[in-house]
Amino acid sequence: MPIHRFVVRFTAPDPRSAGFLSDAHALGFVGLKSITCQDLYFIEGQLSAQESQRLALELLSDPVTQEVENSILDIRESNARLSNAEVSIIEVALRPGVTDPVAEQIVRAAHELGFDGVQRAATGLRFKVEGLSAAQVEKLAKQLLANNVIQHWTIGEIAPSFPEETQSSGEVEILPILELSNNELLDLSKDRRAALDLAEMQAIQAYYRRIDRDPTDVEFETIAQTWSEHCVHKTFKALVAVAERQLTEDGQTVHRPPSTVNSLIKTYLKAATDKIAAPWVISAFVDNAGIIDFDDEFEISFKAETHNHPSAIEPFGGANTGVGGVIRDVLGVSAKPIAATDVLCFGPQDMNPDDLPEGVLHPRRIQSGVVAGVQDYGNKIGIPTVNGAILYDEGYTANPLVFCGCVGIAPKGKHHKNPQPGDRVIVLGGRTGRDGLRGATFSSMTMDAQTGEVSGASVQIGDPITEKGLIDVITRARDLGLYTDITDCGAGGLSSAAGEMASVIGADIELQDVRLKYPGLAPWEIWLSEAQERMVLAVAPGKLPALQELCDTFDTELTDIGVFTGDGKLVVRYGGKTVLELENEFLHEGIPQRQLSAVISNPLPVSNNQRPAVSGLDTEHWSLLPFKDKLLALLSHPNIASKAATIRIYDHEVQGGTVVKPLTGVEADAPSDAAVLKPIGTRGTKGIVLSNGINPEYGKRDAYKMALAVIDEAIRNAVAVGADPERIAILDNFCWGDPKRPETMGSLLEACRGCHDGALLFGTPFISGKDSLNNEYLGADGLRHAIPPTLLISAIGIIDDVSKAVTMDLKSPGNILYLVGQTVDGGQWTVDGQRSTVPDVPATAPAAYRALHQAIQQGLVRSCHDLSEGGLSVAAAEMCIGGRLGLELLGTLQAEACFAETNGCLLAEIAPAAESDFRALFADLPLMKIGAVIADPVLKIAGEEIPVADLVKAFTGQN
Amino acid sequence: MNPTVLILQAHGTNRDLDVAEALTLAGAAPVFAPLNDLRAGKKHFSDYQMLILPGGFSYADALGAGKLLALDLNSYFNEEIATFVAAGKPVIGICNGFQALVKSGILPGGNWGVVNGNLSTTLTFNQQGHFECRWVNLQPISQKCIWTQGLDEIITCPVSHGEGNFQTNHQLLITNLVSSDQIALTYTHPDGSPANGDYPANPNGSLLDIAGICNPAGNVLGLMPHPENHIHPWQHPRHTRGESGQSGLVLFENGVKYAARL
Repeated sequence: MPIHRFVVRFTAPDPRSAGFLSDAHALGFVGLKSITCQDLYFIEGQLSAQESQRLALELLSDPVTQEVENSILDIRESNARLSNAEVSIIEVALRPGVTDPVAEQIVRAAHELGFDGVQRAATGLRFKVEGLSAAQVEKLAKQLLANNVIQHWTIGEIAPSFPEETQSSGEVEILPILELSNNELLDLSKDRRAALDLAEMQAIQAYYRRIDRDPTDVEFETIAQTWSEHCVHKTFKALVAVAERQLTEDGQTVHRPPSTVNSLIKTYLKAATDKIAAPWVISAFVDNAGIIDFDDEFEISFKAETHNHPSAIEPFGGANTGVGGVIRDVLGVSAKPIAATDVLCFGPQDMNPDDLPEGVLHPRRIQSGVVAGVQDYGNKIGIPTVNGAILYDEGYTANPLVFCGCVGIAPKGKHHKNPQPGDRVIVLGGRTGRDGLRGATFSSMTMDAQTGEVSGASVQIGDPITEKGLIDVITRARDLGLYTDITDCGAGGLSSAAGEMASVIGADIELQDVRLKYPGLAPWEIWLSEAQERMVLAVAPGKLPALQELCDTFDTELTDIGVFTGDGKLVVRYGGKTVLELENEFLHEGIPQRQLSAVISNPLPVSNNQRPAVSGLDTEHWSLLPFKDKLLALLSHPNIASKAATIRIYDHEVQGGTVVKPLTGVEADAPSDAAVLKPIGTRGTKGIVLSNGINPEYGKRDAYKMALAVIDEAIRNAVAVGADPERIAILDNFCWGDPKRPETMGSLLEACRGCHDGALLFGTPFISGKDSLNNEYLGADGLRHAIPPTLLISAIGIIDDVSKAVTMDLKSPGNILYLVGQTVDGGQWTVDGQRSTVPDVPATAPAAYRALHQAIQQGLVRSCHDLSEGGLSVAAAEMCIGGRLGLELLGTLQAEACFAETNGCLLAEIAPAAESDFRALFADLPLMKIGAVIADPVLKIAGEEIPVADLVKAFTGQN
Repeated sequence: MNPTVLILQAHGTNRDLDVAEALTLAGAAPVFAPLNDLRAGKKHFSDYQMLILPGGFSYADALGAGKLLALDLNSYFNEEIATFVAAGKPVIGICNGFQALVKSGILPGGNWGVVNGNLSTTLTFNQQGHFECRWVNLQPISQKCIWTQGLDEIITCPVSHGEGNFQTNHQLLITNLVSSDQIALTYTHPDGSPANGDYPANPNGSLLDIAGICNPAGNVLGLMPHPENHIHPWQHPRHTRGESGQSGLVLFENGVKYAARL
């Protein structure tokens, strides 16, 4: 069958090629003169010359801006022609099995146009590169143009890869385990990349000795997945022996935790939620997402996930499927997704490529891929991305962090998790392929230089439009009461989803009924595949026709793969033959509790990880700089500077509910503290507030205080825009190193203790959480590269009236600026990191926030902004940028105090007429009048006068 | 009776609820019609007084934004839509809907829309090279277009697209669009002066700052920006500064009023 090859090129210079050129220059390919990127399409089938011409013009190109060259693929001949060319040609195509939605659309659309001879299609990219040596061209291909994990590339013309057609495979392997020695057990775990330790392997062996047979590969893989850190959170449930206690600098005894802690989740996180017992929490920790009350009609759900390991090796696909995954978590509680959040941590963007550990992608490439992945999924599925953060630290070079959050809304009382015997096991959505195998166990391992190659199959590319179909079907099916249980297919695939739903009632499943992308999958691969965009539902047989009709309307596939039995056993078959038969009790309760030790040292030893140097300035000479230079350097510091370039490529307006947008102010270029949403279709004036708190710099020093500080930050941000402090719930996301090291476990334990104390201090319950451990990279140099201990707190709050929301931009000259809370001069964290005492959260903070909230409710506050990195000076500067107005601050404010990072502080702009009412609300709480808004666009601070135009330029990089 | 509006839901449409809200506020009765229901004959274009193609990412923008939806329109609904348009009923395509109207040849229509069998206009990749979400200012121009007739105040609303750059390979087409009053909306600076191609006032590099065009008869409007996302006071990006206006609503009110008179 001939393969038709189409090369589509722009007739004028195009932005995509320009983007590649600038990326290549940034990576150090200075000799590169030009680079042109073209699209490649391969179509296999019988087509006449006229037909292929029509396909080229009507389907594959835009005749106004592009031209097409088509030919029959003949690689040898064309590459012989190319060998003497002056420009180098690099062609890139997807590896077999990698999702290629465009190729699928080409086949479908060609048939719609009447070209029935078209059989298969594939896509690729072609680059014409000028000005590089052969060796450099190869380096460019590896570093920028192709990612080995999902693509292959050649110099010259490439052969496309169509999904491999192999023999259908019903092969089931028996893994002899009964007689294995301890070492052999560990080898088996390693060979199958199961990430199980000896105690766990021994438990499996004991189970099979008891039932006197060996496991099938399907069973072993199922156990490995069910018992993976990702799925069962064994570190957070471990029995922790706290081995050491220490004294603080001034000789005081540190708060002593008990000598053993039985489960971090129970002891600290759930315990806090239970003690707070907020009546508006509908579901915490038990379901796919946490759920709280919204109004009489609706409940809202919130979940944040990490997708770190996949994003490290394939940034676009990793982030893409991270977003897709957390959206399914929200769908899994029968809610309609209405907002996305993302917090991203990367290595320094200006890192010298030669300093990268082997096998690690450049942080710049990771960032552009991750951001593009978030953009692609969120925008296409139509969910506004409204809140987030981007942080840089050398510690994230090999282990970027990608936190994806999603908020959902659902009518009350419509979400059920109660499958009945006789209900069918229904898979909705995408087909199953070999993609994402062992993702659950992969994410639980330390990566090494080979991880990218070995775990290529763990990464998938998302298909947001298929998931949009799932939203359309499931929200309607929910309203019609068509299902009795629902869960998403995430890590562990059907094994995890169906296994979890059947964990009480039992199920009998036929794997041959699962629809595949291509044949050739072994039964364990079908069962464990993490192919995206799938949900599993329990549906009574009588409701199936109605569900099928919905699926037909919204182009969503429905597959019946078995039945919930009621006998409590999980049975999986392939072609009728049993390939898995496990007792639920063993599968779900049989994992031995992990025993870990923790060493707590306070403060933590300061690691070598520093902030990226303040924009070209030497932190050693920081103290000698004039105030103005310090402030401008801070505003242009990557961690503080405007993130507009990223924010604007996310759609933050779709669904029409974004009341406080991520960028705000006169020119919409100042950073909002939090997002406010008024969900479409809700009555009344209520809205949702979303914010976050994160500070790895504190994490390096003192995990306990860091946890308190970031809880405070998340709440402070939410309160600043108008959230009711009594109606905020939070999520925890822990990203840590290897918990088997006692110091790492010690800091994790301290962070959990901080979470507990912080939640109780503010009366703010946790409703869900997630951990991503083993964020370490074993370099080819033999050294471990670990991330800073990183805790993300995501907050969701309620604002009673969205029209009372407050933004951070200064509003009117003559208004008075107040400092809520107290900055502490000296001894606190400062930007050069020289004095590294992590600030405490003042005991007055909760009362101060309540007072501020009352003031906002009464309409007394014209603008409000929280103090975070860079302290008062940066907060004041950002408010000036927002309003394009000046501020005159008290001359008595010490320069040092202006940079101090303290918790519990906000700036509030109050009209003179409202001052006395405002002050009355604060009574004895710390409150200080610190200045006034002036029409002259100048920030007068610490004896200096800094034009707002200079602040804007430093913050945005633009005039 | 409120005019009935058919809201076309393609595979990947995502601003369908947004436009439904706008149309309801403007006094219409919206009805959602998944493309498959129309194909299956469960719903018919002719039963409705208005047609709206909302924004989104039909078919994930594969092979160019709006292209595959345009193919569907031509393959399955060619005659029905032609009849609907010829009857003078109001049609509006927003963002992805606009892209589909252009790539199916329904817009700009007239003499120079198709030359030698090939489309002569397109909405191609933004000049900045990426998707962009930001608020823009629009000047209503066409007095022929039933959606913009009688409007002269600036409309403020967001754009949210990666392929909104209006281009043609035929100079005569542009002359023709101007002379036949088919340029419905253009991008301006906040003070109402023409953007003259300045980024970000003109967010995508469109020729003549074109944000929206209509067909020669004036009943079919296509535009890239999202007036449906500025129908409530609190949607305005500076509502905390006392600015608002719900200025996106007037377009829908115009369309609905026109449909009610038909």
